[in-house]
Amino acid sequence: MIQGLAVLSFSFLLGMWAGELLGTWLGIDANVGGVGFAMIFLLLLAETFRKNGWWKKEFEFGIEFWNKLYIPVVIAMAASLNVKSALSAGTLAILAGIVPVLLAFWVFKILTKSFPAAHE
Amino acid sequence: MNDLMQVLDKNGLIVAFLLVGTLTWITDWFSKKVLNSRIPGSALAIFLALFFGYLGGVFGGGEKGLADLQLFKGLSVLGGSMFRDFAIVATAIGASFVLIKKSGILGLISLVLGIGVFFIAGVGLAWAFGYRDAVSLCTIGAGACTYIVGPVTGGALGASSEVIALSIGTGVVKTIAVTIFTPILAKKIGLKTAGSAMAFGGIMGTSSGVAAGLAATDPRLVPYGAVTATFYTGLGCLVCPSVFYLFIKILVG
Repeated sequence: MIQGLAVLSFSFLLGMWAGELLGTWLGIDANVGGVGFAMIFLLLLAETFRKNGWWKKEFEFGIEFWNKLYIPVVIAMAASLNVKSALSAGTLAILAGIVPVLLAFWVFKILTKSFPAAHE
Repeated sequence: MNDLMQVLDKNGLIVAFLLVGTLTWITDWFSKKVLNSRIPGSALAIFLALFFGYLGGVFGGGEKGLADLQLFKGLSVLGGSMFRDFAIVATAIGASFVLIKKSGILGLISLVLGIGVFFIAGVGLAWAFGYRDAVSLCTIGAGACTYIVGPVTGGALGASSEVIALSIGTGVVKTIAVTIFTPILAKKIGLKTAGSAMAFGGIMGTSSGVAAGLAATDPRLVPYGAVTATFYTGLGCLVCPSVFYLFIKILVG
């Protein structure tokens, strides 16, 4: 179990580092795509391990646990958002927070219609 | 009683496990028995959590929603960025690398399109509310992207603290809006495949909103949406205070 968790942690730290490096390289004070890089590292590592026969069934348990914990984490995150101040920031904040989202749903619908890759 | 409070106070994270576990227990039951599973239990739980976050803001008066109340402080640990990002990365184990590669171009296009749509719409609304200077317009437009892009852009351009606060508020409203609207509109807009989830993550951008919205829609889509959404804030921080600012500056003179 803990070996699987170690693989996950290794990918996570490596990905976050890549995100920081990319941010610094672009000259902005932000992590650019750290989570995305980490996910790709995890996929590649798991693939390599499986190919070489190093992957054990118990590995998955450690990663699966965190995979399943994802929704509870999101629930806890939602409860600790600053909802009140967001709503009291005024009409402009509420409109500028909602209207573009609705517009983006419409753009999404048009985009996916014209891309066959969106249906796989 | 005093002893119990002490135990709860010392073990905040464990209290958070208990709270979230109990909440999902209730919402799952309610979803199955009362709503015939028309609204997923996790969507109800996330929505209720937002509501509790609001109440926490009213009674606690801080910045972390319910987590500002002593008893619930563990929620900000469980829902903090470290656990959130770690759990998102763990979801990749259920994703297919082949599918991610296949939809890579679509993800890239949706990222550029998404930042453009949110920025322009944000700037347009700020204009309608009477803002005329390029710095404020740009900061509010950036806030419509995410609550991180807003203050980063505002800070870089030297916007007033009032405008920066407004841009953060806008970004947080966006996260909440994406969380709530995604499960409601998913069917209507054809959000059901891995490829479409990647495009969705790129267009919407806010990783917490996308991840929460997809979790409430179909948990299998989460890794695909997250893999593109994670690039949005960085890209936004890159283009909003530079290319987009110059563009707005030329427009408003």
